[in-house]
Amino acid sequence: SSWWSHVEMGPPDPILGVTEAYKRDTNSKKMNLGVGAYRDDNGKPYVLNCVRKAEAMIASKKMDKEYLPIGGLADFTRASAELALGENSEAFKSGRYVTVQGISGTGSLRIGANFLQRFFKASRDVYLPKPSWGNHTPIFRDAGMQLQAYRYYDPKTCSLDFSGAMDDISKIPEKSIILLHACAHNPTGVDPRQEQWKELAAMVKKRNLLVYFDMAYQGFASGDINRDAWAVRYFIEQGINIVLSQSFAKNMGLYGERAGAFTVICSDADEAKRVESQLKILIRPMYSNPPVNGARIASLILNTPDLRKEWLTEVKGMADRIISMRTQLVSNLKKEGSSHNWQHITDQIGMFCFTGLKPEQVERLIKEFSVYMTKDGRISVAGVTSGNVGYLAHAIHQVTK
Amino acid sequence: AYRTDEGQPWVLPVVKKVEQMIANDNSLNHEYLPILGLPEFRANASRIALGDDSPAIKEKRVGSVQSLGGTGALRIGAEFLRRWYNGNNNTATPVYVSAPSWENHNSVFMDAGFKDIRTYHYWDAAKRGLDLQGLLDDMEKAPECSIFILHACAHNPTGTDPTPEQWKQIAAVMKRRSLFPFFDSAYQGFASGSLDKDAWAVRYFVSEGFELFCAQSFSKNFGLYNERVGNLTVVGKDADNVQRVLSQMEKIVRTTWSNPPSQGARIVATTLSSPQLFEEWYGNVKTMADRVLLMRAELRSRLEALGTPGTWNHITEQIGMFSFTGLNPKQVEYMVKEKHIYLMASGRINMCGLTTKNLDYVAKSIHEAVTKIQ
Repeated sequence: SSWWSHVEMGPPDPILGVTEAYKRDTNSKKMNLGVGAYRDDNGKPYVLNCVRKAEAMIASKKMDKEYLPIGGLADFTRASAELALGENSEAFKSGRYVTVQGISGTGSLRIGANFLQRFFKASRDVYLPKPSWGNHTPIFRDAGMQLQAYRYYDPKTCSLDFSGAMDDISKIPEKSIILLHACAHNPTGVDPRQEQWKELAAMVKKRNLLVYFDMAYQGFASGDINRDAWAVRYFIEQGINIVLSQSFAKNMGLYGERAGAFTVICSDADEAKRVESQLKILIRPMYSNPPVNGARIASLILNTPDLRKEWLTEVKGMADRIISMRTQLVSNLKKEGSSHNWQHITDQIGMFCFTGLKPEQVERLIKEFSVYMTKDGRISVAGVTSGNVGYLAHAIHQVTK
Repeated sequence: AYRTDEGQPWVLPVVKKVEQMIANDNSLNHEYLPILGLPEFRANASRIALGDDSPAIKEKRVGSVQSLGGTGALRIGAEFLRRWYNGNNNTATPVYVSAPSWENHNSVFMDAGFKDIRTYHYWDAAKRGLDLQGLLDDMEKAPECSIFILHACAHNPTGTDPTPEQWKQIAAVMKRRSLFPFFDSAYQGFASGSLDKDAWAVRYFVSEGFELFCAQSFSKNFGLYNERVGNLTVVGKDADNVQRVLSQMEKIVRTTWSNPPSQGARIVATTLSSPQLFEEWYGNVKTMADRVLLMRAELRSRLEALGTPGTWNHITEQIGMFSFTGLNPKQVEYMVKEKHIYLMASGRINMCGLTTKNLDYVAKSIHEAVTKIQ
């Protein structure tokens, strides 16, 4: 007999299931709109030029492979903080922050979740927007926290339920933790406008909530790194000492290299040092110290003026292509003769789009047109190209007319 | 970390070669790996641990989880055990760590949620060797189903490993008392220079029908410290059990790091799957192991030539990167303060720090410490 007889088979990953089914499909017109990675206009993965250049530079330097410090590559963590906070940020310049390297966005979120579980004794409750990235819930749960929700997406308008969000947040018990997507909300693509962010900041301040920002798409959303970090920076300027998780998977295309960072804004540099020491104590029994490759690449790009400039252009290029596909999808739907209001497709931002399609319609798209997406009607705009946007519009029109 | 005879870090020549190959391969990109890791890495890594002709592999009852170094493999294994071993979410299952052990073992299992972490007798300071009887007694007394962390080879920090005969005795007790073997294999190849010899204990347990975990690190034997290359090998009763175990480990990985880093895994997979590169790697590993073995032999012979009080055969009987010299804290303090030779208060030295240039100085310093300080 086995120790594992009672171990249940884990439920299959819903998003993975989409890709698996797509792979099996023999229809030449098939489209995979479940993919959470950027694709170029030929539907191919895109390795940024600045990344290739950084890799060549790294190769020529012939560096050793000695362990990184537990908190990661210092040049990388400092540059990540500066990228998020802005070079003129008082919090950055005064050193009242600590940034540790994390295993991309997930690893950074998990370090933060574990840190809060251990040191934020005021509450176990983490409030997520409804809906949020599917992995947020199990990450916080595995860290020992409890999950709550606040209204966010309005399915009637396919946009932000701002009054619902404000109403719910106004009732969150003081000193709870609230998670906010800094930009390019996943999965809806619905972001608050700047005036709305201002009201949200005032409300969380009033409720004395601990703010946890998840920023996985800086630069990738609008094409402008400062614009995408606006909410994060505004909150800090309002005196809200946030915690922040960053990912370089999408904006630098470093998916498999796992480059990310977790930041805690503190009262002062001394507090930052103490927080850092505790973060290291959390990291050591998880994986000892982080992987170097992605951090080295990102660090070189951020810290080398020429490469940084090239990166900003390339990330804008990716964002622009996505925005252009949104525009083309809407215009193609109009051309098909659709009478529905598809404005939300261009109002939404980032990699994902909540189309508003119902499960039965999604089912038809998959079965009849080989267009693959998740049942909630979410599409990855990154999977759309100028070559297939017409087909997509046609298919959507067929199932919604 | 390993050091050359010049006291420098060493990037293995085969690693440099493979990195160049990877850099020149324009078909490669930076896409996400699967949650459980690079398939070619996983299969090769477990094959290295269990042997090419492993019956467990043939019977398809081996699973692998690519992890962030040996630490990451230990953590995923520990998290899985806490959720699914000996009942559901049984945080009370005792976990036994050798006395002494790598200090992070304790933290890994504690942070994974285990509440009862104990030590088992291991190092006998008086005889400067393995306290086998104490170890076996602890296993006899341990509650059934207890988890035991076993060092596959090159015990850290003592450098003292059970002999094959002693491993057989250990396995017999563990089988009879239903104790779970969780191997930590951080030095395969690096210890003796032979992959097979350094994996003997793990393979013996497999041949005895145990279900076990083996956390593997490629930090030392590939010199890939900062790429975080590790693998958790899972050996189960049959393929069905292993599949279910892996599906649950996937859930744990997803909330810890989602999917593992690709660079290091690619280097190892490329190397292990090419007969030519594998031979080159084996040669590089042997270079490192041989240098450490040479330093051990040279240090011992100098101490014996100097007539340093005590016996020094443990220096060459111990194996791997570390050696428990037997120096007491006062003698260590003398070494550090007066001779500027840095070693742990436990008397542990890193053999990689020895070079042909400093052997005489180190031997003389040990001689002084032992004769001047009691």
